[in-house]
Amino acid sequence: MSISKEYGYNSKVEGEVIVSRADAVINWVRRHSVWPMPMGLACCAIELMGVGGSRFDISRFGMEVMRFSPRQSDCMIVAGTVTYKMAEVVRRIYDQMAEPKWVVAMGACASTGGMYRSYAVLQGVDRIVPVDVYISGCPPRPEALLDGMMKLQEKIKNEHSTRSLMRGRESRELSYKD
Amino acid sequence: MQELSKQLTERFPFLSARPSADHPAVNCPQDNVLELLRTLRDEDGYQMLMDVTAIDHYEASPRFEVVYHLFHLERGGYLRIATPCEGDSNPICQSVTELWPAADWHERETYDMFGISFRGHPDLRRILMWDEYPFYPLRKEFPLAGEEVELPAPDFVEQTGGVRVEKAPMMGGPFHSGQKGPMSAREPRADDESWTEVKKRGSDLEGEDDKPREFRPTRT
Repeated sequence: MSISKEYGYNSKVEGEVIVSRADAVINWVRRHSVWPMPMGLACCAIELMGVGGSRFDISRFGMEVMRFSPRQSDCMIVAGTVTYKMAEVVRRIYDQMAEPKWVVAMGACASTGGMYRSYAVLQGVDRIVPVDVYISGCPPRPEALLDGMMKLQEKIKNEHSTRSLMRGRESRELSYKD
Repeated sequence: MQELSKQLTERFPFLSARPSADHPAVNCPQDNVLELLRTLRDEDGYQMLMDVTAIDHYEASPRFEVVYHLFHLERGGYLRIATPCEGDSNPICQSVTELWPAADWHERETYDMFGISFRGHPDLRRILMWDEYPFYPLRKEFPLAGEEVELPAPDFVEQTGGVRVEKAPMMGGPFHSGQKGPMSAREPRADDESWTEVKKRGSDLEGEDDKPREFRPTRT
């Protein structure tokens, strides 16, 4: 006689009621429909497009809805070199995104300035926006971006979403400190 | 190659031959440059302006030279014309936008990077750096790491806790070879700029810092 274990919703036991935590439900919804804002500024954007294509297929993770309007997106993927001239624009677009929102720094340039040690390039996008996930590579492989986005999903999973619903999301500090 | 520049110098007495490793090249005085380029465009078939840029000779005078590259559409082949600018700290050059509209952005870039004002340009603004930027980055005295500058938008600066242009750390980048070893003398490198944000710069080159790298005394 085999013992079968049933996880999840069992209508015989639970009737028509599901018991869970609000955080779990909210985060479940959020992490499976991240709408990225492709902030494509250089060659990393090409890899980002590759991730959107059928070979790598970001839609497996519920993130295929790339929105070019900050009002409709959750997660800014900064893909490429951010110059000082562009930095202001990146920050303003970030400010226009509705909460909750996340930022992924894709590639060496967005994370640290990369090979552009120069007078014109911002040395890491974390000086102007709070970054959740950094992805190494120049440019990163599409798999690396997918891995980074899965890390972001893990991060979203552990957020205290209910508390922020009541109080408003706490304003986040920039991760760069000198 | 030298034949062409020889022909030109015979035809236009104000020209002088310019040493060149590739294309025919001539030096032209500032006053004649517009006349020369117009003749080359209309009579000699050099219809296409490929490039306008400049050279900074730093300690020499005249300090700045503007360089034009013309292309012959029928025969093929380039022609290089260099002309010195008037003035060393605030150089001025004649604009060629009336001959080639394409010169517009080339001259804006040259203005942005070298600070050369083009007389007669319709819209001489910076094109790469932002309008308030106070330096000309391709001048010899300007360090690759940059200079500290405030950014123009006050609300943006306040929101980000005072972000500003800082000197970029030169050490450790992929295009900067080590300070020692066989390649150190041959590769373009950061030289004494081996500091980072954490490791501060040594003071052993005090007083010589203002000079461009190739004008500093070499360290052993």
